Amino acid sequence: MDADPVLLARLQFAFTVVFHIIFPSFTIGLSAWLATLGGLWLATGEERYQHLMRFWTRIFAVSFAMGVVSGIVLSYQFGTNWSRFSAFTGDVLGPLLGYEVLAAFFLEATFLGILLFGFNKVPPWLYTLSAGIVAFGTMSSAFWILSANSWMQTPAGYAVKNGVAVPVDWLKIIFNPSFPYRFAHMLNAAYLTTAFVVLGVGARFLLEGRSLREGRTMLRMGIGLAVVLAPLQLFIGDQHGLNTLEHQPIKVAAMEGHWDGSKPADFHLFAWPDEKAGKNDFAISIPHGSSLVLTHSWDGKFPGLLSVPPDQRPPVVTVFFAFRIMLVLGFYMIGAALYGAFLWWRGTLFETRWFLRVVANSWWVGFVAVISGWVVTESGRQPWLVYGVMRTADGISPVPGATVLGTLGLFIVAYGIVFSFGIYYMNRLIKHGPDTPEPDEQSDNFSGNPISAARSAGHDI
Amino acid sequence: MEPMEMYLPLIWAALIGVAVALYIILDGFDLGIGILFPFAKNETERDQMMRTVAPFWDGNETWLILGGVGLFVAFPRAYAAIMPALYLPVIVMLVSLVFRGVAFEFRTVSHSKTGWSFAFALGSTLATFSQGLVLGGLVQGVKIVGGQYAGGPFDWLTPFSVLCGVALIAGYALLGSTWLHMKTDGDVAARAQRQAKYWLIAVLLFMAAVSLYTPLNEPRIAQRWFSLPNFYFLWPVPTVTALVAFACWHWIERGREVPPFLAAIALFLLGYVGLVISNFPYLVPPSLTIWDTAASPGSQVFMLIGTLFLLPMVLGYVIFVYWLFRGKVHAGESYH
Ligand code: HDD
Ligand code: HEM
Ligand code: HEM
Repeated sequence: MDADPVLLARLQFAFTVVFHIIFPSFTIGLSAWLATLGGLWLATGEERYQHLMRFWTRIFAVSFAMGVVSGIVLSYQFGTNWSRFSAFTGDVLGPLLGYEVLAAFFLEATFLGILLFGFNKVPPWLYTLSAGIVAFGTMSSAFWILSANSWMQTPAGYAVKNGVAVPVDWLKIIFNPSFPYRFAHMLNAAYLTTAFVVLGVGARFLLEGRSLREGRTMLRMGIGLAVVLAPLQLFIGDQHGLNTLEHQPIKVAAMEGHWDGSKPADFHLFAWPDEKAGKNDFAISIPHGSSLVLTHSWDGKFPGLLSVPPDQRPPVVTVFFAFRIMLVLGFYMIGAALYGAFLWWRGTLFETRWFLRVVANSWWVGFVAVISGWVVTESGRQPWLVYGVMRTADGISPVPGATVLGTLGLFIVAYGIVFSFGIYYMNRLIKHGPDTPEPDEQSDNFSGNPISAARSAGHDI
Repeated sequence: MEPMEMYLPLIWAALIGVAVALYIILDGFDLGIGILFPFAKNETERDQMMRTVAPFWDGNETWLILGGVGLFVAFPRAYAAIMPALYLPVIVMLVSLVFRGVAFEFRTVSHSKTGWSFAFALGSTLATFSQGLVLGGLVQGVKIVGGQYAGGPFDWLTPFSVLCGVALIAGYALLGSTWLHMKTDGDVAARAQRQAKYWLIAVLLFMAAVSLYTPLNEPRIAQRWFSLPNFYFLWPVPTVTALVAFACWHWIERGREVPPFLAAIALFLLGYVGLVISNFPYLVPPSLTIWDTAASPGSQVFMLIGTLFLLPMVLGYVIFVYWLFRGKVHAGESYH
């Protein structure tokens, strides 16, 4: 049997892009957190902020390196794996990626040098400014790449001439209909992901009874951020969904497992979509739930999967479950953040060990939500590569399946090695903790008297 | 042809040419450090070597992204033709860059540095070799039918492309050793000075081999160089190359620090100019020119405006960071 080059090219791209997105989700948020710590350090002169900043910078360096090298791979894969797509869309997408390199990558990469190696060479304000510039660079890079991706979802501002897409209106291309939602949702996702990592590490320090002052700071800052961002993410996601319903109704039908558009839609808490029969098995549903959310009316109707022929439907099972994973984790994050804020208000945040244990083990939830979200977005776009314009099968390179299979294997082995070591090293850095002398009064008030711990917690915010 | 459609591709070809030249020089000495890693005596020496490039490597590699993306921006049809043709060497280069890139950080965190030193050396060498294969594969020509690649997965593999791969290893090692001689002191600098001479000889031999091979095997290149009146204009290129090589040798002998590095860069630029002369105006020899593959004027203008504004800024802060980390890296200095 000959290997199917379309499927293999998709698998290879999916594998490398999912690997890549893990690191931006963390570095976008972490660079902003480093800049914030630097700002607090400059403003208050308190040492713990500087310790925290130096500590997280080491972790940041490891994660950033993995983000950079996996990103370079992607920028070449447009040509190696999707050459027909590149020839067709280059006039439109090329400049967006070009601006990403010139306006964002150079900024991050260059000022990263100062952030990692300049602590003893430059004054504190320039050191902090470099962190800010890196944070701004990662944000701009998200802006441009998400614009490109959104154009593939909701193409606008172009015309097809001599078989290629040519630009007509750059503003319409850059600010295409799904872009504002996707940018807001992804940026917020990155900050939220980082908030849960910081929260997790802070809780771990408290549980292990070390670096207590830094640990408490992390816990408070993490909770404070998450309690705002997690509910906000639900709101942005809801708006994003409404926008998708307008432009990519079949994607929404797959997310909801909604087959028959002539009836109002239930929200399925669980179901097994049967793509052959065109119905759901084992459904447990909230009657009219989806109609209520998406059309704001009890009997509202929106198109179902059956309204298009099977070869124009995305892989329903994948989209359906990925969407549910994202939702469950999103609500979990809201719950955890709200409960943490409640404990903080009661003054027992640092002693409620079961809660610390729970958040210490939840550092990963953001990453999984991000990956699930992207699977919804990208798989939901199928069978289109550029929605409604170019099919995925028409975009691939004239490269034999066996070649793609071989390099896919190479990527899996290489990334497997790099990822395992990267995680292991980051964990070691966390275990090592910030380089701070551990003053005795710090460790006292944790294990000892909860009231005095809470009181001193109130002091050092 | 409309004037816009005539000149825009020329401007873009020049810009991408500059980006690629900057990449070759900047990442050249950076990859060269990795190629020279096995010759260091111990991990302390390797620390010192790595320190000389650690603040810059990410920025240096960004020029590679600019090269690839620039091609995608300005000549999307060339990008779409070249990448599938050179699929395997490109992917091997990328995977090698992954290992050498993470080694910068992993090496400092791990218990034992040896493993990641090995990954850094192997990754740098393989990435360089693959870049040479890409170059050779392009110069010897790519089979195109209907705007898309129409050859097999191993068409690029010829004695010539392998020659280019090995030649580039020697070239980057020359850049790396002259850089190290300039940026370090002690044993590392002394060894770099000794090695630079051998690498220089190797580079000259390879340059001669490539310069003989291409006109003999590619009639269009022989035509370019040896027909009249071209010959009258072109003979200075090899002459200047010989002079620069001589000067480079002399400066290394005398123990000068900065001039050998500059001379090594000049050698690279001359070789590069030679390649451009051989192949212009083909972007995908022997069939697609810069005009055949150009993006629409609307795209090229839109990106040009941003580039004219952003590129000077980029160069400005890149120079600032090199200036900030000027001076020699001494043995035993701490990493972060
Ligand atoms: C939401 C944000 C986001 C998304 C969707 C992507 N990236 Fe990315 N990328 C980043 C956010 C980012 C980032 C935050 O700017 C980097 C810098 C370091 C890191 O960890 O991520 C990064 C690094 C990075 C680099 C190295 C840049 C450097 O040298 O500093 C390249 C070439 C790419 N990416 C290319 C891509 C491509 C081709 C993508 C799509 C398929 C992509 N990225 C998706
Ligand atoms: C809690 C309620 C949430 C809702 C209602 C929601 C809704 C959505 C929808 C409808 C999409 C698909 C849009 C499209 O493809 O057109 C999406 C994508 C996505 N989601 Fe969510 N989401 C939620 C939570 C989260 C969380 C907690 C994260 C991560 C921390 C997250 C990360 C993403 C990402 C990265 C994407 C892909 C990029 C994009 O299209 O924006 N989402 N979300
Ligand atoms: C400009 C940005 C992006 C472009 C141009 C792009 C393009 C593509 C292409 C060409 C494919 C293969 C076709 C397919 O099978 O779906 C694909 C698949 C995929 N991409 Fe993206 N992508 C982008 C960003 C992302 C990001 C940031 C992620 C995050 C993880 C992502 C996740 C995926 C996934 C999971 C698939 C596999 C879908 C499937 O197999 O059905 N994409 N994308």
